[in-house]
Amino acid sequence: MNSYLDDLESRSIYILREAHAQVDPLGMLWSIGKDSNALLWMARKAFFGRVPFPVMQLDTGMELPDVYAFRDRIATEWGLDLHVEPCPPIETIDPKLPAASRAAARKTAGLKNLIARRGFRGILLGIRRDEQATRAKERVFSPRAADGTWDFRDQPAELWDQYKAEFPPGAHLRIHPLLHWREIDIWRYTKRENIPIVPLYFARDGLRYRSLGEKNITFPIRSTAATIDEIIAELETTTAPERAGRAMDHEAEDAFERLRSAGYM
Amino acid sequence: MAANIMRDPIRIAVVGHVDHGKSTLIGRLLHDTGNLPDGKLAELKETSRRRGMPLEWSFALDSFQAERDQAVTIGTTQILLRTATRNYVIIDAPGHKEFLKNMLTGAAQADAAILVVDAVEGVSEQSRRHAYLLQLIGIRHVLVAINKMDLAGYRQDRFQAVRDEIVRYLSGIGLAAHLVLPVAARDGDNLTMPATTMPWHSGPTLLAALDNFAASPMPIELPLRLPVQNVYRIDKRRIIVGRIESGALRVGDELLFSPGNQTAAVKTIETWPPNAGPAEAKSGESIGITLDKPIFVERGDLASHVTDPPMLTHNFRARLFWFGRTRLTVGACYRAKLGTWVRSITVHSIDRVIDTDLLNSHEAPFVATHEVAEVTLRSQSLLALDDHRANPALGRFVLIDDHDAVAAGIISMEGLADERRAAVGAGNRFGTEHLLTAELRARRNGHRGAVVWFTGLPGAGKSTLAMEAERRLFLRGYQVYVLDGDNIRRGLNYDLGFSPADRVENIRRIGEMAALFADAGLIVITAFISPYISDRENARRAAKSSFHEIYIKADLATCERRDPKGLYKRARAGDIADFTGVSAPYEEPVNPDLVVDTASQPVEEAVRAILDYIEQNIVFNSTAAAVT
Repeated sequence: MNSYLDDLESRSIYILREAHAQVDPLGMLWSIGKDSNALLWMARKAFFGRVPFPVMQLDTGMELPDVYAFRDRIATEWGLDLHVEPCPPIETIDPKLPAASRAAARKTAGLKNLIARRGFRGILLGIRRDEQATRAKERVFSPRAADGTWDFRDQPAELWDQYKAEFPPGAHLRIHPLLHWREIDIWRYTKRENIPIVPLYFARDGLRYRSLGEKNITFPIRSTAATIDEIIAELETTTAPERAGRAMDHEAEDAFERLRSAGYM
Repeated sequence: MAANIMRDPIRIAVVGHVDHGKSTLIGRLLHDTGNLPDGKLAELKETSRRRGMPLEWSFALDSFQAERDQAVTIGTTQILLRTATRNYVIIDAPGHKEFLKNMLTGAAQADAAILVVDAVEGVSEQSRRHAYLLQLIGIRHVLVAINKMDLAGYRQDRFQAVRDEIVRYLSGIGLAAHLVLPVAARDGDNLTMPATTMPWHSGPTLLAALDNFAASPMPIELPLRLPVQNVYRIDKRRIIVGRIESGALRVGDELLFSPGNQTAAVKTIETWPPNAGPAEAKSGESIGITLDKPIFVERGDLASHVTDPPMLTHNFRARLFWFGRTRLTVGACYRAKLGTWVRSITVHSIDRVIDTDLLNSHEAPFVATHEVAEVTLRSQSLLALDDHRANPALGRFVLIDDHDAVAAGIISMEGLADERRAAVGAGNRFGTEHLLTAELRARRNGHRGAVVWFTGLPGAGKSTLAMEAERRLFLRGYQVYVLDGDNIRRGLNYDLGFSPADRVENIRRIGEMAALFADAGLIVITAFISPYISDRENARRAAKSSFHEIYIKADLATCERRDPKGLYKRARAGDIADFTGVSAPYEEPVNPDLVVDTASQPVEEAVRAILDYIEQNIVFNSTAAAVT
């Protein structure tokens, strides 16, 4: 083990292998962003090149064109079993939700459909604790009820590396191999491993996407960081939160908690 | 590289009684070290104002509405803190008794801990319990913050009284606090800056004390322990994967796999993208290796060097913290998880229950929720493990009841024998009696012998599926035979009835006979209800690695509707006593090799699943199977 990145990577690979050994059927969500890209790369390492489960994108049709181009290229180059799940239209989502939350909730609905149709018992996700306060309270193996909801009041004990992989029929697990990574670690790792990345993260005309989401509810930040090194340098000094450009986080004090309790990623 | 590589970042759990100010301390520390993101302070002021409170630092962590409304931490949170010296992960653990399993979840991830004690309220029962649990799960670096000194008038005598009390308790459980210091977390006094309010205190601030903690080194100096996570077949390679928990291994090293006692040398350390591959791997690394010999290895095995192997035993002593909702009782059966293995265990004895408040102990017939106890546990299988003092990672376990973790414990092997010699001896005796080897028999038959053990409720379809599978395997040229009630009860077991003791003996004989059939090279399918885990584990022990458990599953309502022999009807009428599913329990397999659900699958599909399993794991897998 040569650096702290090796330690972070080793923990994630351990979790990926635990998930694969204990949960079937298992699938992975790929948002095409920097975190799930890194996770996908680690899955290739964990399983020696071939990702042994389907890789799924919840598609609202609202991603930026660069994202779709990147997805199709990588899926072919890496030989992924890619499944694109169209999300239900906005009209089907609870109109009482604030606008951006409502748009984001399309993904929750798409994920529920996907799980119901394909019977997944475990879904791998690239979320991290340092992104957002409710994600900081997550377990690595985090159960969801049959309707997809998260009961944060009664999370299972998770001692050392013993994860709870058994649960009643109908429920499923969200598995989070990247919880212990920070934003800056993901970038250092992306650079070290030379992992391909959507170019929208790099500044153009003084703007870049720090957190990548759909075009209707995500906004670029002011930045001149046009390379990974410059992004790392920016993150070493910034005090702005990562998800500042995500509209749905800021509609109410508990907007994101409500989204996540209802089954959002 | 130095021999000991430090972990980055260092992980600090903050524990203590509810309302003694843990979340406030962390929130304030984040602020004073410049770790709150832009806009967070304004957000905290606004959320506090809306709830009619003065600025509430704990809201930085207590993000859930329920936590904010009741001003109590429920979930355990991990948050990053960066100082000029290094990076920390601060783990906030709830102090409420109801959330002890969350506290334990948080603390189990930590390298060190801060115990927060209220200067006014003093050391409480929960302060002591948290300290005790830190000690139990193996945390050795503890710092005590006597908080709310503002409410105690910044009085030195009050600080000293609380300090003396907690230090006395800690030394009683073998924990030495690195430092005990007075703080007023709400105002930031003594967190990052020396407080002017307490000039009588001359020690370092909390942050300075944290920066002095030495990070725990990776346990490279301990003997090698590599729990097997899985075995992958990739191209022509069989890659054994796992994470090295302690020690190191090199290409060429002879490895011993426990509990099976097989040995083989490391041929390669596999990496992706493919390259030359390292010659060495050390503790903390998730690796894949290939071996020079095709020995049978599976998830749950524990690899070590031939010297300094783990202990092998059927019994172990443990000190555990019980957080199950029911009581732990003698004779109760749970599953234990350690490293990557999962095994059924029975509580052999409750040796003493420890009062974490007064530190005395007493005998008791049960262990109640949130009690600490020393117990002796027994398994039908041979277990590979370490004494916790010798190797922490392989000396700790959790107990599972139903689906949930109910206890965490550490192992003591004091006074118990290592059974490795006996286990190896038995293996040799078995192997030398025959001049014909299993290989020779397998070569003639084209497959190895095996026991395919069906289990399931009456009416689940065991006999139907067994007979159809037998017919088709025979047609494909395999040596196969079914043992079922008809051919066993008529002859071999004619002397046995249906009393509990006779049923155990019935299954025991079948297990032993099936193992002999397998040894003779046959694939033998058994079709018995065999409702008890312990009986099936005995059968597994007789057949060793050639045992395959197939759960023929169907819910009770379906079985009862089928009722092919009219037995359910008679059982419901009270004509048959101890009828499995009606008046006697059926223990579902814990980790069956295959589950066939006949309630939802048609017979044809079920048979095909069974045949596929047998061909993949018994017939085509012959080269990888165990060498006795």
